[in-house]
Amino acid sequence: MRPDIATQVDQTFWMITGTSIVLLLIITAAMLYFLFKYSKKRHPVPENIEGNTSIEIVWTVIPVIIVLVMFFISWAGFKNMRDVPKDAMVVKVMGQMWKWSFEYDNKKKSDTLYLPVNRDVKFEIGSIDVNHSFYLPQFRVKEDAIPGRTNYYWIRTNEEGNFYAACAEYCGLNHWNMYAQMVVMPEDKFAVWKNYFPPDTTAVAKTDTLKTTAGAKDTLKTVKDSLKVPAVTKDTTAIKKDTIKK
Amino acid sequence: MANGTIAAHGTAEVDFYHVKSKHKGLLAWLLTTDHKRIGIMYLSCMTVFFLTAMTFGVLMRLEMLTPGMTIMTAQTYNSLFTLHGVIMIFLFIIPGIPAVFGNFFLPIQIGAMDVQFPRLNLLSWYLYIIGGGLAIFSLFGGGGWVDTGWTFYVPYSVRTTTNVSLSVFAAFVLGFSSILTGLNFITTIHRLRCPGMTFFRMPLFIWSIYATSWIQVLATPVIGITLVLIILERAFGIGVFDPTLGGDPILYQHLFWIYSHPAVYIMILPAMGVVSEIIPTFARKPIFGYVPIAISSLAIALVGYLVWGHHMFSSGISDTSRVIFSLLTFIVALPSGIKVFNWVATLYKGSIVMSAPMLYAMLFIFIFSIGGLTGLVLGALNTDLHVTDTYYVVAHFHYVMFGGMGIIFFASVHYWFPKMFGKMYNEKMAKVAAIIIGVGFNVLYFPMFIMGYMGMPRRYYDYLPEFQIYHLISTVGSWILVSGILIMIANLLSGLRNGSKASSNPWEGTTLEWTVPSPPPLLNFDKIPTVDHGPYEHPEIARRKEEESK
Repeated sequence: MRPDIATQVDQTFWMITGTSIVLLLIITAAMLYFLFKYSKKRHPVPENIEGNTSIEIVWTVIPVIIVLVMFFISWAGFKNMRDVPKDAMVVKVMGQMWKWSFEYDNKKKSDTLYLPVNRDVKFEIGSIDVNHSFYLPQFRVKEDAIPGRTNYYWIRTNEEGNFYAACAEYCGLNHWNMYAQMVVMPEDKFAVWKNYFPPDTTAVAKTDTLKTTAGAKDTLKTVKDSLKVPAVTKDTTAIKKDTIKK
Repeated sequence: MANGTIAAHGTAEVDFYHVKSKHKGLLAWLLTTDHKRIGIMYLSCMTVFFLTAMTFGVLMRLEMLTPGMTIMTAQTYNSLFTLHGVIMIFLFIIPGIPAVFGNFFLPIQIGAMDVQFPRLNLLSWYLYIIGGGLAIFSLFGGGGWVDTGWTFYVPYSVRTTTNVSLSVFAAFVLGFSSILTGLNFITTIHRLRCPGMTFFRMPLFIWSIYATSWIQVLATPVIGITLVLIILERAFGIGVFDPTLGGDPILYQHLFWIYSHPAVYIMILPAMGVVSEIIPTFARKPIFGYVPIAISSLAIALVGYLVWGHHMFSSGISDTSRVIFSLLTFIVALPSGIKVFNWVATLYKGSIVMSAPMLYAMLFIFIFSIGGLTGLVLGALNTDLHVTDTYYVVAHFHYVMFGGMGIIFFASVHYWFPKMFGKMYNEKMAKVAAIIIGVGFNVLYFPMFIMGYMGMPRRYYDYLPEFQIYHLISTVGSWILVSGILIMIANLLSGLRNGSKASSNPWEGTTLEWTVPSPPPLLNFDKIPTVDHGPYEHPEIARRKEEESK
């Protein structure tokens, strides 16, 4: 079983941050202690210390070891991020000002990212206009969406639920509202959803784009609403209806 | 030199403000080639730019106080963070310490009468003013306020209808100011050191300016070319960066960061130099590890060229290059760490006087350490992909840039104020301001680490409800910080008007600027000094050495 990417990121983060807190405490404590102990009042005559080669070597070598350990741990996590499992399901992610759209291997398109639970998913990320960045905060990973090229990363959907994607590379007026809903659902329900093609997908998509590119004032109200993801209902037909409405 | 005959008139004791010159009034300033006057002119303009950009920052924080629209539209917000960044970085942080304090004190600290090319020095100032003026003017020109972010990333910067070309041209002109100043300083350090002032007897501030100047001269042309390419791309659609014309947006990011990462060290190295001046002065003993500190400045300047890719870990550059850039990034962290250890060790067995400049320096060590250590999370490959382009980065670079360069800029003003103006400010008030600034700073920026790790992307006009508490705390912090800054400025201005007269060496400093009157005379020295010892030999220690030898 491959280690979970998000867990690895959190572990690396706390390893580095923990070490940093210890270092910060040492530095600050030493500084405050010296300021107190060697104040002019308590220590009127300064001593002539110009340096010490062995201590310089010590506080060069120890940090070298510390940062190399940090580097290798983060490298291991990174290798896992880049090494996509062979059987991963591929979803094409396309960014545009200011919405995300997703395309599945059977050409099914959607503005909401529906995924089956317990699957490895590879995102192939592109953009049709300016730079964006496809960021899944709850999965601790992002990669930029650059016009003219395809970037990728993968995640594993460990549990059912509602998540979101955000744009993390500044892309103009409504950059702040370029969210997409992400719903992780049971495999069978996902299969039903994926294989159902609503008759008028293109027409719906058009009006949708118009709405999203409207002025800032209109979209203001919808920020919070847009992330109220339709619940993963047990009834598959409800999901279908939902999709059609969208 | 227009003023070269003063000494012959026997007026060498007259300070440089009151010396008679060919021109009167404002012209005596605008046509001066005196490095000290040019330094003061930079200081006054920079204060205006700093306060402008600070106001933009405060307005942005105010907008983030509540979700939804608080005081401005998204378009205004996008312009404000762009202008805040452009003005702070190109007009304050990059030129800040070298242009003001480098100009004023570099010649004096190495025992020279002026920089090597005084007229070129004035030209640099004019380029700075023209660049700054263009940046301001671009606000009022057609198209509207620039809204690209200070990085001007393509393709957005090529597509937007706002006034990008003029802002970019402003940054281009400012680049020339930077290059010429760097060239001037390098030449001055090589050619004008007084007798006995060997490289390893130079104050560490000079070492840091020296390393900085090399970066300015070698890296700035790259950004010049890049910015011209943006203008050409916008005007003629030449297709260097635009993928629809066969260009590559990633190429822009490479070019931009090949300059802008070394520029981070242009910003921070001079500040490190000032810290290395302040600590030995107030600990009243030599700096611990002079040579390691001097060499680490050069090491930072050198390795700093090779880490630009860590700004692009998420852009899709190859995995191999990401690994190499990550390793080099961890390595460039080391010299900064070594400097911090040496500064703290300098305090050991000193006899410490806690004056305002020292308080700022200690504040710097604490804040800069947090900034440096959180940089490790960004240098690490897997964690970077989570926190890059979030508030975590915003917090990190404000801890490093504002906590580093900004706080030390304040420290420098307090440290050299008596020398520059011949007056003293209210010491108690200065310390109160420093403490308020320290508290406000951490309240303002620390919550950003937390919300960044929770996934709050940067440059967002609005946010999800879960982030509100952190935005609220942060905005309150901005009010505390600004009060501290305003108290500090008021205190300095009141010192300027009514302050008591400063002696030539109020802090018992050991470098050459403390041997000349406050303010210094036009040509700095009656007679060019001769140096026979290191820069930080405290008189008390020298006295004791003498006694021992007797």
